Amino acid sequence: MAEGGGAHSPLEQFEIKSLLTTLDPGETMGLVTFTNSSLMMVATLILITAFLVLGMRRGALVPGRMQSLAELSYEFIAGLISDTVGPEGRRYFPIVFTLFMFILFGNLLGMIPYSFTFTSHIIVTFALALIVFIGVTILGFVKHGMHFFSFFVPPGAPIAMWPLLIPIEVISYLSRPISLSVRLFANMLAGHTLLKVIAGFIGLLGVFGVLPFALVVALTGLEILIAFLQAYVFAILTCLYINDALHLH
Amino acid sequence: MGRMQDDSPPPSLEKLDERLRAAEAKRRSAEATSTERGKGLAFAMRIGVEIVAALIVGVAVGYFLDRWLGTKPWFLLLFFVLGAAAGFMNVFRVVGGLGGQVGYRGTSGTAGSEDGRDPAEGQEKDG
Repeated sequence: MAEGGGAHSPLEQFEIKSLLTTLDPGETMGLVTFTNSSLMMVATLILITAFLVLGMRRGALVPGRMQSLAELSYEFIAGLISDTVGPEGRRYFPIVFTLFMFILFGNLLGMIPYSFTFTSHIIVTFALALIVFIGVTILGFVKHGMHFFSFFVPPGAPIAMWPLLIPIEVISYLSRPISLSVRLFANMLAGHTLLKVIAGFIGLLGVFGVLPFALVVALTGLEILIAFLQAYVFAILTCLYINDALHLH
Repeated sequence: MGRMQDDSPPPSLEKLDERLRAAEAKRRSAEATSTERGKGLAFAMRIGVEIVAALIVGVAVGYFLDRWLGTKPWFLLLFFVLGAAAGFMNVFRVVGGLGGQVGYRGTSGTAGSEDGRDPAEGQEKDG
């Protein structure tokens, strides 16, 4: 809460608040804090579990509403994987589906007023991107051994060009987790900040506050679209990276 | 009641079939454009960050190499340029339908289908 008079900072929504602090039993990490961010992540997990378990509880041949939604999300990711990776990518369905649902529900829960968007924190998205990056790199080494390094040598390039091209390729490879995490984080941060900034004008403009109000309504719709889109982009890039690790060039 | 039904005979099955098919086609094309638009947006969102991400990596690598070897500006300058080159390469790959992978050639079909391109095009390049 800022200067008493109801003027809130548009960035206040991103503040991490500690809800519960305990000393961790092993005392290896010092204090363990349960924050509003952790609370939203737990809520996301419970919601996803409820969505899928309750949706599929009856397992009817002719699905009801909830079951249709659960099946739709399953088939969406299954289709995405078979389109980008092919049949051998089916083995990696669990990780892609988990990432997609976690990000999607996190984004959508963040759209509820007064809640907290944990995907608007770079450390959260970077951790998710790092899971993908390290996992894919390990997968590449397991599948191809040392041959994995041929990944950084563009096929058909003359050897004289290698000293220039290999650093570029390595930088390009290392930039993957950064582009993956920054894209999600920046979209959520910018969108939510913009919403709050424009919402701040509603009270200030009096009667003309109708205009920013209409804009906020429109932007809320856009934000929901972006919530879906960013989860989709994260999932499809995970698939593409898995595809690269499996097939190299 | 009975007389009214006699006045307007039910449309023939063929006509009904035709109308059904027209409605179906209309719905399907509407669906296709909306998913296409979503995919296009998702595609556009990937591009902007690519240059920045590669630049961040390039500058970070150069900066830490400099700090480690004590060669103040040189590695930073070199890797800034390399990072920019990698960034442009990333964008080039995304736009070129090569799926953003490191390396020049798309795996036949997979990269093409993702961007809605003809898979045969990718195969041609592979050959």
